[in-house]
Amino acid sequence: MNILEFFRTSKRPTFAATAKERLQILLAHERADRNGPDFLPQLQRELLEVVKRYLAIDDDKVAVRLQRESGCSLLEVNVELPLSAATPAHRPARAGA
Amino acid sequence: MANVIVMTSGKGGVGKTTSSAAFGTGLALKGLKTCIIDFDVGLRNLDLIMGCERRVVFDFINVIHGEARLNQALIKDKRVENLFILPTSQTRDKDALTTAGVERVLEELKKEFDFIICDSPAGIERGALMALYFADDAIIVANPEVSSVRDSDRILGVLQAKSYRAEHGLAPVREHLLITRYDPKRVERGEMLRVDDVLEILSIPLLGVIPESPAVLRASNVGMPVVLDEDSNAGLAYADAVARFLGDSVEHRFLKPDRKGLFNRLLRRTA
Repeated sequence: MNILEFFRTSKRPTFAATAKERLQILLAHERADRNGPDFLPQLQRELLEVVKRYLAIDDDKVAVRLQRESGCSLLEVNVELPLSAATPAHRPARAGA
Repeated sequence: MANVIVMTSGKGGVGKTTSSAAFGTGLALKGLKTCIIDFDVGLRNLDLIMGCERRVVFDFINVIHGEARLNQALIKDKRVENLFILPTSQTRDKDALTTAGVERVLEELKKEFDFIICDSPAGIERGALMALYFADDAIIVANPEVSSVRDSDRILGVLQAKSYRAEHGLAPVREHLLITRYDPKRVERGEMLRVDDVLEILSIPLLGVIPESPAVLRASNVGMPVVLDEDSNAGLAYADAVARFLGDSVEHRFLKPDRKGLFNRLLRRTA
């Protein structure tokens, strides 16, 4: 190890700092999920089913989040489409079919 | 009125049983009548850590199912006055723990004891849920390590949602953090999360920090709660935690590496 490398490595965050940062990010997500109402996963599955009738998307491309702010709640639905999905995957199924 | 304390962590192997044994013994040493219950049905170990494994005749599950009376299953500690152990079954599984049964046994114990410590199994399945369900206080045992801290956060969520107190809108279970296996040398080198880091992440009050210590293994080898080893830092740290729990303000120690002088090194004080 030359002297330059020695100084460069010394500026890297410590192992403990990395651990702390990873935990803070992870737990922020897990806590948000935990406080969500019970129906969100079901809502997410059903939305995915409906979207899939019209567009070819992967199972993990529909995200549903409930945010509470002072005075109002915001239901955020994110559907991420691949470029190729702009055209219908197949003819829409008739309602009830 | 007796106080029900759950010793829990989510993750396994962080020191729940060691802590239950040490903390319960510490309370009894203060003259408080204490019972430690093993909730790890099928994988009992509290009896071994407490050194009473050869005295188990009836157990917690027998009492729940009416096959034995509580007094037949309780084992009185031979070293410390006021200390009792309620071992669990080694042959049954966690489904043997019924809510009504656990409640009945706890109610009966509350009439006689000052403190009841529920030594939880790892995980968030039935055994762990039953151990925390009736708790007034929860001691979260965590190692300064990512998976343990994450699981501690998870179990705090379970306490806040699924305990009797939460389900009945009562005052929430009081939460206390007990950090075990803390190695100040590795913290100083930046290899291990600091106490402050863990506190910032979990944001619950700190009850104690137990330093990594060879005394813990030595004590478990011979079936002695480590708090009885008054020459060990770990034993002293448990005694401090008990005093804090009872309301004394005791400063945290063993958070910095022990800079042993030549004199001390020659005396070879145990860690």
